[in-house]
Amino acid sequence: MSLGTLYGLIAIGYTMVYGILRLINFAHADVMMMSTYFAFFGISMFALPWWVAAIIAMILTALLGIMIDQGAYRPLRRAPRISALITAIGVSFLLENLGLVIFGSRPRAFFRPEIFRPVWQFGEIHVLSLSVYTICITAVLLVFVYIIIYRTRIGMAMRAISRDMQTVPLMGVDLNRVIAFTFGMGSALAAAGGILWAMKYPQIEPLMGIFPGLKAFVAAVLGGIGNVFGAVIGGFILGVTEILLVAFFPEFSGYRDALAFLLLILVLLFRPTGIMGEVLPE
Amino acid sequence: MKNIIASFFFCLLVGFASLTLAAEPVIIGVYFPMTGPSAVYGQIGYKGLQLAQQERPTVLGRPVQLIMTDNKSDKVESANAVSRLIQKEKADVVIGGLTSSNTLSGGPVAEKARVPMLSPWATNPLVTQNKKYIFRACFIDPFQGYVAAKFAREELNAKTAAVLIDITQDYCVGIANFFMKNFKKMGGKIVFKAYYNTGDMDFTGQLAGMIAKKPDVIYCPGYFKELALIARQAREQGLKQPILSGDAAQADELIKIGGEAVEGLSFTTHFDEEGVVTQSGKKFVAAFRKAYPGIIPDSVSALSYDTYNILLDAIERAGSTDKERVTAELAKTRNFPGATGVMTMKNHDMIKPAVILTVKNGKFKWLATVNP
Repeated sequence: MSLGTLYGLIAIGYTMVYGILRLINFAHADVMMMSTYFAFFGISMFALPWWVAAIIAMILTALLGIMIDQGAYRPLRRAPRISALITAIGVSFLLENLGLVIFGSRPRAFFRPEIFRPVWQFGEIHVLSLSVYTICITAVLLVFVYIIIYRTRIGMAMRAISRDMQTVPLMGVDLNRVIAFTFGMGSALAAAGGILWAMKYPQIEPLMGIFPGLKAFVAAVLGGIGNVFGAVIGGFILGVTEILLVAFFPEFSGYRDALAFLLLILVLLFRPTGIMGEVLPE
Repeated sequence: MKNIIASFFFCLLVGFASLTLAAEPVIIGVYFPMTGPSAVYGQIGYKGLQLAQQERPTVLGRPVQLIMTDNKSDKVESANAVSRLIQKEKADVVIGGLTSSNTLSGGPVAEKARVPMLSPWATNPLVTQNKKYIFRACFIDPFQGYVAAKFAREELNAKTAAVLIDITQDYCVGIANFFMKNFKKMGGKIVFKAYYNTGDMDFTGQLAGMIAKKPDVIYCPGYFKELALIARQAREQGLKQPILSGDAAQADELIKIGGEAVEGLSFTTHFDEEGVVTQSGKKFVAAFRKAYPGIIPDSVSALSYDTYNILLDAIERAGSTDKERVTAELAKTRNFPGATGVMTMKNHDMIKPAVILTVKNGKFKWLATVNP
């Protein structure tokens, strides 16, 4: 279950950027990878307490997200969508290989704070406390996201841009500021997801973003890309189905990833815009 | 007189020509994974090769040149790397790859080009099957699977076993199959079998299914990255059974990432510092410690070191770098005193002892040496 919420957290970033720019930000997963390294170095080099390191990593990751937007996507705002998409793939490769050069390809052990370590036992079932906290933290972050999108001016601007990008600037809204904010927020959430991910699966390496990133993307599409809560639901469904399939049918466990994509195909066949996606006007 | 001078110059010319011929380097092409998921092995393996080259920089009076091509831990890149080594770099012989998967895709390229290839560490039987030019310096999976099954039955008194297999690695599938076959033959029972992919991080599903079957031992011959996570998640879910693995478990990261969860984890492998028996092994350990302080000389580096020396011996016996003759001599390797034990080439595979290591107090400890 906590796997599903992690997918969901990362998926929000995909879906928010898509909602506003109609751009699939493939670099998102690698932004997540960078966040785990920020946290790692925060803890190991500056001996920060883990939560300070996590918050700093979130801020740094948000800045990184904004920088990527300003440097790579902003000049292409008026270019055809496909150019921005290819740029996104380019940024993704850049971050991965930068990571390989700077951090090296050997995996590093990530730190798991004391409060996340105990294993709670309910009869036959063992639950890692981190898994429970992950769900709680995700819920809290979701409330934040909800408040920002539906209760603040900038959230209103974000929703407006996703409706009509041409008109909004005419109403006196600074388009680039809103987009930068979206990238920052999406990246900060990716950082939260990434750090929780690294605590749960305590090894980090420059190519670690690929696997969760791909699954989170599937989750985002599954839930209806562009819809924040759809992303969480999509992540949840994907995570739970994956684990249940493997637990009950171990002989099919080799096909786990195939299942994720089969699920995606089935949902898209019956609901082309995803589970919570808006119905496209004809 | 004129003639004498002319012939003198002629002799000089021929002399120079043969001199330059003699100085022409023997080119050994290497394709190791220097980046990607298996980069850990490639990097340390290359250290072993470089050490061997520093000790023996010439053969037949010609300098030896190592040319490294990164196969990026990838099957397609491996095949590309081998054709590049053969066609562009004009390699006389090829060393590599390290993992079975990479060697299975790189091997056929060398076979077709009739260039002898020696792999330090590819243990899957298919690597050398029906190949004339492909050899290896290690034992094959059946032997590891056999040793692990024997250890589980006799030392751990296990009656039932659960097996976790990385389905994307030919190595894991092969070694797991041989374990299961031998374990059953010795009277044990396989009660659970599940698969995963390289790069997976969540194994709670597989492990949840395993709990109900209550196996006596868990056999998971995977690579250390996944293995470390599997061990942690198994312990978190309350599985306390001993975990057995294969030689791909041996990396410092297994202990760094696995922490307490990998305490008591045992695995079959090729080499250990403490289990060194040969003179060459002692020499290797001392030289490696001196050249790379702080790094533990492991199986991959020792096998790479041996690979280089086996190749140079074969070239020496062949008296040239003629590919057919080197191939014939490689096949005739007998009682070679390598760092990883005394070994003999049989059907292109090495017959040699295996070592069982266990993790104790955060260190790899030698447990036993099993002779073939």
